[in-house]
Amino acid sequence: MRPSSPETLVARIREVLPDLAAPTVVRDEVTIEVPESRWLGVAQTLRDEEGLNFEQLVDLTAVDYLGYGQVQWTTHEATSVGFSRAVLVAPPDPALQEGDRPRFKVVVHLLSVRGNRRLRVKIVPAVREGLLILPSSVTLWPSADWYEREVFDLFGIVFEGHPDLRRILTDYGFVGHPFRKDFPLSGHVEVRYDPGQKRVIQEPVSIEPRVLVPRVVRPIAERPDGSPADA
Amino acid sequence: MPELQNFTMNFGPQHPAAHGVLRLVVEVDGEVIRKADPHIGLLHRGTEKLAESKPFNQSIGYMDRLDYVSMMCNEHAYVLAIERLLGVTAPPRAQYIRVLFDELTRITNHLLWLGSHALDIGAMSVFLYCFREREDIMDMYEAVSGARMHATYYRPGGVHRDLPDTMPRYEPSRFRSRRELKRLNAAREGSLLDFIAAFADRFPSCVDEYEELLTDNRIWKQRTVGIGVVDPETALAYGFTGPMLRGSGVAWDLRKTQPYEVYADLDFEIPIGRHGDCYDRYLVRMAEMRQSVRLVRQCVDWLRTHPGPVHLDDYKIVPPPRAVMKHDMEALIHHFKLFSEGYSVPEGETYAAVEHPKGEFGIYLVSDGANKPYRLRIRAPGFAHLAALDMMVRGHMIADLVAVIGTQDIVFGEIDR
Repeated sequence: MRPSSPETLVARIREVLPDLAAPTVVRDEVTIEVPESRWLGVAQTLRDEEGLNFEQLVDLTAVDYLGYGQVQWTTHEATSVGFSRAVLVAPPDPALQEGDRPRFKVVVHLLSVRGNRRLRVKIVPAVREGLLILPSSVTLWPSADWYEREVFDLFGIVFEGHPDLRRILTDYGFVGHPFRKDFPLSGHVEVRYDPGQKRVIQEPVSIEPRVLVPRVVRPIAERPDGSPADA
Repeated sequence: MPELQNFTMNFGPQHPAAHGVLRLVVEVDGEVIRKADPHIGLLHRGTEKLAESKPFNQSIGYMDRLDYVSMMCNEHAYVLAIERLLGVTAPPRAQYIRVLFDELTRITNHLLWLGSHALDIGAMSVFLYCFREREDIMDMYEAVSGARMHATYYRPGGVHRDLPDTMPRYEPSRFRSRRELKRLNAAREGSLLDFIAAFADRFPSCVDEYEELLTDNRIWKQRTVGIGVVDPETALAYGFTGPMLRGSGVAWDLRKTQPYEVYADLDFEIPIGRHGDCYDRYLVRMAEMRQSVRLVRQCVDWLRTHPGPVHLDDYKIVPPPRAVMKHDMEALIHHFKLFSEGYSVPEGETYAAVEHPKGEFGIYLVSDGANKPYRLRIRAPGFAHLAALDMMVRGHMIADLVAVIGTQDIVFGEIDR
């Protein structure tokens, strides 16, 4: 059984869900963006509609777009003493939403075993009373249960209607959401055994966050076979 | 008479049958499980966050440490995702080498699974036999990459180096007789491919041995038949993949249905189960080992007759050879840039999935055009399986819980990431 072509999937989605933004196809991977308010309805359609049949939710995750495309080291200007090793890290504004460009997106990967096709769905969670909120899809796909707990734990997105929204990967009593871009790689606290108190205690972290390899964006040179780099 | 109440029991995180650091809070009614709540995350290392702070190539080694019993398959998904974003494909010989090692990895994974699963249920000797064969595959890993487990062998654009022409041998020592030494080195006289071919000839009879010990064993059947039954619809809804899904009778294997590398040109079959219980999943995995041997044989035959490059010639992605760097300044600069800054990957996102021994192992990679991943998401098959543990063990005995954990082939490296 060969994978079904993305064109048929796109046509079917446009037929069944005509009011959604047009699906994008990049490298044969189909992506649709769904508004938060319509997510559950669309999910139901995607699962049950003939020609879509996405009976499996393979993956649910989130992406934090804070500082997307930002570089840490600009090399356009060289001084007479050469490039400095210093890395410029502009502190990004950790607001939950900057203007109309959403900071978080929840990304869902669906798989249809019957039709052998995949679909990526992106949803922007709503911001209400300082919380990121998205309706839970556990009732449609039971596999969403732990994935939503994980996204809640690591990104702090609240799934409305989830039966048991607890932290899953981080420690008992952990504070913060570690996969947000404004959370430092070295964390905030470190633990050690205190012989005086005869227990494990938490202290503010003693290592400075540092950048070993700066983040740079470079245009990619043409490949030897002549193919354009950004194809 | 006082009212009888359910009893809440803690299992793990340091329990030999927990396959790592799994803590389970189990609510039992006598011996019957009413609810099982797995507490995971004790091995959480934040691999996905760490990868965001490193150039692309430096995270390949982290992939080995995800599912630390099927190392190269993890690397494979990551490398595939980078290659897709870069828009490059590995040369055919590299693809065959990858398939060869993917299948050998599948065998090691299933051997470890079989050994520990049987040990949990009470069959001691299978474990020892499994580790005997597993050692040979570790030697193949070592011969090809220099490391027994954490190989870091697959690279974007191919594999690190070609298969070696010689196989490391046992050295004489006063603890080994000359006859013993000769026996140990018998298969190691030729190249690595000869060693693998000899293994592929010997291995099916080893699988027969394991099957002889277990397949018709009365105790084994009592412990596995009808335990943890999952019907196909439930398996799909709970996100099952790999042998867990095939054990329920769904013929879904990414190597066949969404072929990557050269799987489309190779001849193999997908074994499926019928009842979706632990016994069927055991049979599926045993049959998968035999199919893997078939694939290994085909790859060995192809690789013997088709020499060629094992990685791309593009110095922007693959480091230049040492010999060239000795006289070519350009190559030296490429080498320096590649190992200090890395390469930039065009902006975009992709999801690359491979048929990992445990199920669908996927990498969702988002790049903003920089030399580091913007976001790396690891879709681990075991995570979805363990999430369904509660559903699978409800109403079973405590002893069956161990059988179900075993049949799920849990490894915490990939679940906690």
